[in-house]
Amino acid sequence: MQHIISIRDFTRQDLDSFLDRAELVERGGFDPRMLEGKILALLFFEPSTRTRMSFASAMARLGGTSISVDSVEASSIAKGETLADTIRVVSGYADAIVLRHPKEGAARLASEFATVPVINAGDGAGQHPSQTILDLYTIRRSMPLDGLEIGLLGDLRYGRTAHSLAHALSLYDVTLHTIAPPGLDLPLSVVHELRRHGMEVVKHGDVGKVIRDLDVLYVTRIQRERFPDSASYYDVASSYRITPDLLEGAREHLIVLHPLPRVDEIDPAVDRTPFARYFEQSRNGIPVRMALLQEVMG
Amino acid sequence: MKKPEGKHALIVGRIREGTVIDHITAGEALNVLKILGITGTTDECLSIATNVSSGKVGKKDIVKVEGRELRKEEVDRIALIAPRATINIIRDYEVVEKKGVEIPRSLVGVVRCPNPGCISNTSEPIESRFEVVERGLHCLYCDWLITKDITGHII
Ligand SMILES: [Zn+2]
Repeated sequence: MQHIISIRDFTRQDLDSFLDRAELVERGGFDPRMLEGKILALLFFEPSTRTRMSFASAMARLGGTSISVDSVEASSIAKGETLADTIRVVSGYADAIVLRHPKEGAARLASEFATVPVINAGDGAGQHPSQTILDLYTIRRSMPLDGLEIGLLGDLRYGRTAHSLAHALSLYDVTLHTIAPPGLDLPLSVVHELRRHGMEVVKHGDVGKVIRDLDVLYVTRIQRERFPDSASYYDVASSYRITPDLLEGAREHLIVLHPLPRVDEIDPAVDRTPFARYFEQSRNGIPVRMALLQEVMG
Repeated sequence: MKKPEGKHALIVGRIREGTVIDHITAGEALNVLKILGITGTTDECLSIATNVSSGKVGKKDIVKVEGRELRKEEVDRIALIAPRATINIIRDYEVVEKKGVEIPRSLVGVVRCPNPGCISNTSEPIESRFEVVERGLHCLYCDWLITKDITGHII
């Protein structure tokens, strides 16, 4: 039985074969009745409408059915019950479980108690492997993953999306440029680990200074609650905002990605430039999640 | 195998049956007992000597546990804080078995994860699980890395 828990469990070979499979799916190379009769349980202990809908859509396209509880219902299920018990019970209702939970390591725990495969759809500040795979997929659709200069911008200290993606990219020949406001830098322990994998990691303070050298710019949210007051938040957020002016002189093939939802990080005027690929990125969640569902239930 | 305990006997008496843990890093004897789960409320008869002069390591601590033969998986945990410790199993005043300690590859239920958001710090029916890596202890649930003050995290 295969679980999808952490991007750390994947080798480069595993990732490549997922990306190949997602590509095949996107070209129509799948059986729309492959998962007919199968049931996917969407167990979301905190809200994430997009991720939930994306898994439900992927399941439906493969002929399967989803059952789901929303975060409010889930928290009432959980009242007085351990996650371990919930997972044991839901294992009897479905052929696979997609779990989103506020505690880090929840998906690992679930995989120890489940009798069906578990897919981690985000556990606290921890892992969210399907997001990372779709990020890689989006990059690879535009250019080969090896030899790239990739910029990660935003809250790199707490942002799990950034950590997971950086880890996955360290399996490829990629130079990572980190661009974060003071205090929100990539943690040193993460940087050390990336360097141990042979990755070159370069730190920048100013996005304007590095934008022309990048093949990919991955933007993540800078959360308001990390700042003492809204004035200092707006100050920082505006100096890291991506605008058409900033992108002036960027490499022609540069792609700008964002896991969405965005708030102010990217000026909507950027949407009309050829650099904007974040909506495509979000659509890529479907073939990637179809590939994951095929892998665990097919 | 008979080996007189020599000058150690001056500090802590010989024991008839049990375990002598020798060459403990000086100052770590009480932490060794903590790791072994031996506290003031358990009923083992203990002798502890700290900062004993030793030609080999300068200063060292020694712990003798009367009437209890410690198992290998129990003592290997102490390698985290006392990697040079040696374990002597005593029967009828004689050392019948002498062994070093090896750092175990994983620790289950020994150390508490310092990450408050970690699922292992909830009421779930699991024990903490860490793998021992070069730079410290890695939580197998939340990926937290403990690099310092390992004893401070012992449950
Ligand atoms: Zn942990």
